[in-house]
Amino acid sequence: MEKKLILRGALAGAIAGLLSFLFARIFAEPQIQAAISYESAREAAQGALDKAAGLPMSHGDHEVFSRAIQANVGVGVGIILFGTAMGALFAVGYAICLGRTGDVRPRSLAMLVALAGFLGFYLVPSLKYPANPPSIGHGETIQQRTSLYLLMVLFSLMFLVAAVWLGQRLQDRLGNWNAALAAGAAFVVAIGIVMLILPSFGELASNRASYGDLATETPQPLKGADGAIAFPGFPADTLYAFRVYSVAAQAILWSAIGLIFAPMADRLLEPARDHRPGGERVTR
Amino acid sequence: MSSYSPPTSAATPVVITVSASARWLLGAALFALVLYYFIGLDQGAVSVFGSDTHVHEFVHDARHFLGFPCH
Repeated sequence: MEKKLILRGALAGAIAGLLSFLFARIFAEPQIQAAISYESAREAAQGALDKAAGLPMSHGDHEVFSRAIQANVGVGVGIILFGTAMGALFAVGYAICLGRTGDVRPRSLAMLVALAGFLGFYLVPSLKYPANPPSIGHGETIQQRTSLYLLMVLFSLMFLVAAVWLGQRLQDRLGNWNAALAAGAAFVVAIGIVMLILPSFGELASNRASYGDLATETPQPLKGADGAIAFPGFPADTLYAFRVYSVAAQAILWSAIGLIFAPMADRLLEPARDHRPGGERVTR
Repeated sequence: MSSYSPPTSAATPVVITVSASARWLLGAALFALVLYYFIGLDQGAVSVFGSDTHVHEFVHDARHFLGFPCH
């Protein structure tokens, strides 16, 4: 049974990844291209400023893959494999939840586990550390940023599991509705404390030293020797669109995993439910 | 079907015992985490292929878009 569930989960994840990739190709790539164009233009402006100030000019890094490969193939392979991985993990979570999370229909459980995956793996961590397009993110802080991001993912997932456990424990005393509300509130408080404690990227020591008192790593305007703005900061609209599309792509991915897996789980598990000894089919 | 236990209470129909299906559950989780690592993290903060950047550059756009921190 677990084998069937996991293979179906991985398949659902791959299809969901494909859908998410189609969305990304249409909506995200123009924003990513705009961000890369900004980065190149900014480097050129920086070079001109450095030259005027008599500083050594920095050289750009060479391309390993062309933009066409990255924007059409790489992003697709990346998102589809990510979807497959998330689908497999989803199925593991689903298999463990099955029969341990109260009387939930197989297909309803699929949607709930998918929602948990969306929250735990993406949405909650991204509230603290949102997705950033190219040109946002300093190379020297990649270690710390990666650790902090993974910490947020880990805490989100841990607290979600704990909240489900807490809800189950409270169910007898408070009833379904209030137990769910209490568990949800506990999750919000716990993850809120973690978000307050973890630093934002701008507060990292090396960023403070090089860039001053900023909340994030989003590029600020370049200023010339006279203090006038020589090149604008990162375009706010591009950043907004990129982040909205990033959330949308993950929402597509996880809802597709749930919606594709739900009927398969139903077919796999409902016969067992029909022939339950002494019980008739429960409809709700 | 060794891990397939009949329903005991009015809960969900099938309960998968974690101990009996550990091989598949752990295998799938490991497979997924390795993929997660290569798509999201490798050749950024840590790297299994040293200073090579092919994996990183290939999935570059996906990495940004899926919310992972990138250079």
